[in-house]
Amino acid sequence: MQTKRTVFGNCVLPYLLLLPQLAVTMVFFIWPAGQAVWQSFLQQDPFGLRTSFVWFRNYERLFHDPNYLNALGVTVVFSISVAVLSLGLGLILAVAVDRLVKTRLYSALIVWPYAVAPAVGGVLWWFMANPTIGVVPYLLRLVGYDWNHALSPTDAMIFVVVASSWKQISYNFLFFVAGLQAIPGSLREAAAIDGAGPVKRFFTITVPLLSPTSFFLLVVNTVYALFDTFPVIDATTKGNPQQSTTTLVYKVYQDGFIALDLGSSAAQSVILMLIVVLLTVVQFRWVERRVQY
Amino acid sequence: MTHLNTWLRAAAMTGALAASVGVAEAKTQITWWHAMEGELGGKLEEIVKKYNASQDQYEVVPTYKGTYPETMTAAIAAFRAGQQPDIVQVFEVGTGTMMAAKGAIYPVYQLMQDAGANFDPKGFLSAVVGYYTDADGNMLSMPFNSSTPILYYNKDVFKKAGLDPEQPPKTWGDVEAFSKTIMDSGAAKCGFTTGWISWVQLENFSAWHNQPIGTEQNGIGGMDARLTVNGPVQVKHWENLKKWQESGLFQYGGPVGGPDAPPKFYSQTCAMYMNSSASRASVMNNAKDFKVGFGMLPYYDDVEGAPQNSIIGGATLWVLQGKPKDDYKGVADFFAFLSSPEIQAEWHQFSGYLPITRAAYELGQTQGYYEKNPGSDVGIKQITLHEPTENSKGLRFGNYVQVRDVIDQEFQALLSGQKTAQQALDSVVSRGNALIEQFQQANE
Repeated sequence: MQTKRTVFGNCVLPYLLLLPQLAVTMVFFIWPAGQAVWQSFLQQDPFGLRTSFVWFRNYERLFHDPNYLNALGVTVVFSISVAVLSLGLGLILAVAVDRLVKTRLYSALIVWPYAVAPAVGGVLWWFMANPTIGVVPYLLRLVGYDWNHALSPTDAMIFVVVASSWKQISYNFLFFVAGLQAIPGSLREAAAIDGAGPVKRFFTITVPLLSPTSFFLLVVNTVYALFDTFPVIDATTKGNPQQSTTTLVYKVYQDGFIALDLGSSAAQSVILMLIVVLLTVVQFRWVERRVQY
Repeated sequence: MTHLNTWLRAAAMTGALAASVGVAEAKTQITWWHAMEGELGGKLEEIVKKYNASQDQYEVVPTYKGTYPETMTAAIAAFRAGQQPDIVQVFEVGTGTMMAAKGAIYPVYQLMQDAGANFDPKGFLSAVVGYYTDADGNMLSMPFNSSTPILYYNKDVFKKAGLDPEQPPKTWGDVEAFSKTIMDSGAAKCGFTTGWISWVQLENFSAWHNQPIGTEQNGIGGMDARLTVNGPVQVKHWENLKKWQESGLFQYGGPVGGPDAPPKFYSQTCAMYMNSSASRASVMNNAKDFKVGFGMLPYYDDVEGAPQNSIIGGATLWVLQGKPKDDYKGVADFFAFLSSPEIQAEWHQFSGYLPITRAAYELGQTQGYYEKNPGSDVGIKQITLHEPTENSKGLRFGNYVQVRDVIDQEFQALLSGQKTAQQALDSVVSRGNALIEQFQQANE
């Protein structure tokens, strides 16, 4: 195989061309991230009048804090549930569109939730699931289930998972439909002629050929569940009850912006950053290897 | 929406600023960040307009910054960036944080002295300013909107249940008995609900029963104070709340302010409702189909010293350092205007907040306001019921915003049956003290 190499005569030009991108990364990522790392070693009063350098005490305190460990557990449960639910339902709906319902109207309607701002979506769900005035608890009461996400940690978790997934399903659906349509019909036909039933065809033909899309969506959904679900949680449960829906990101916000404990909040964001780096590495090194392009 | 609002206002302000620069002798601008929304925000702006029209040296520019925590954090962030407003409205649980920020705040007593303003700290109600004075009795911030929890009840439901509609429950025993009668008669589905579990059913409950909330006069004496709310009286009360919730007498309205509590009262689901005296305007607005009665908070008659006096909530105005001298003269002038009896009485009567000065209360009396509006003076009678003791002056702890969260969480654990009242309150004390200790370390 031949690799084509372009040699630039001018040494400055490539760097100049890279400069805008580097500047953006510098200003919007490296600099604030560096500040967060520095802040995480400090203990400061809210106004920034007294600052002391405390080495790793903020981190130490975090790992002795049952609430932080709790938030870690909550985040794991929450992220996996959101990813599984939204990927699963997105795929089912996409397959339905690909095989059964071919109207464009149906697809257009499924995409709608994605256009709703997360905070607005959160408020909608808040109304629907409100234990006093909501329609969901009313219906559940008819079948004998006493829904109260203001008190029950399980109800609250189900509530935020559903509310967060709802929006993401549209997104996943869209990509899965595109992925499914890119699979040549001839492959499936050939398999059918060889005697493979629809289920077998789905798992041996569709799933492997869909894996690049699935992989991409897995990364996007993980990041979504970790970071972008903040508005939904803020609009629905605010991390309650008993911190059963306080995810790591929500705790960063609570400790930093409500409680003004910037040192601890910075330490938490650094840890969060490390988690994301780690997850991305894992996904690209191990999961991607099994992906067939 | 809040953000859009802030943006629009900021844009409007910039416009106004640009316009005023054009004038040769511009007025000194005084910025005021506040957290009053809806009707209260409208009233606040009306008062500011009145002040701006009353003189031509200063112009106060009020800006709505969102909820109390949002306003406070915005001001602190602005201070760190050197863009702070002259005046910021901070809620009572932020008091500990503000007081500890010695280089960032300009104590009001000093400001008034430096400006030579006409100002008499003795004219203020002691139950109100006690919360905001230092150990030497100096006033550090300007009380603006203070309220205290009271009891609202549905007179129509009381009548339907065969109770005397003019007789609010006095003790918790009454609350229990009345609730049972109401529910048995089918007049309402639930006896009572409450806003602010932390503020009403723990802090005020303790003060009202003359029980300490913490050591060092509930934290007013110094930063090494610790919480002591796990006493037998509080434990008994939380036990009862749990018991009453199980039997349906009491319905929980949610954490923090208890957002689900008001609808329960307005929709006549619950017959009684405890919340801030400043909820009066909303209650009157929403109680269209029934008559509302007012009462003091209930107490346990077997607790010695009860009822004592209730404590306040609400917010005060803090002045921030680092602005030009002219600004502070204007701030002093504006504060003198704000605390005048006419303005105070107007604000108090409109909002249901307590009159901050004795003169404002007396003005309301001579106007005959309290006779025309029965129940509007329950709050003030309640905070002045007895001379405050060490347990009922108020409270002041660092990191208290988070401690309030802890109280909500533990109360939820109690209601969901994961903890007993004793365990929940013990946990409030241990978790709360860890937060308070951390604040002490950061500020010493």
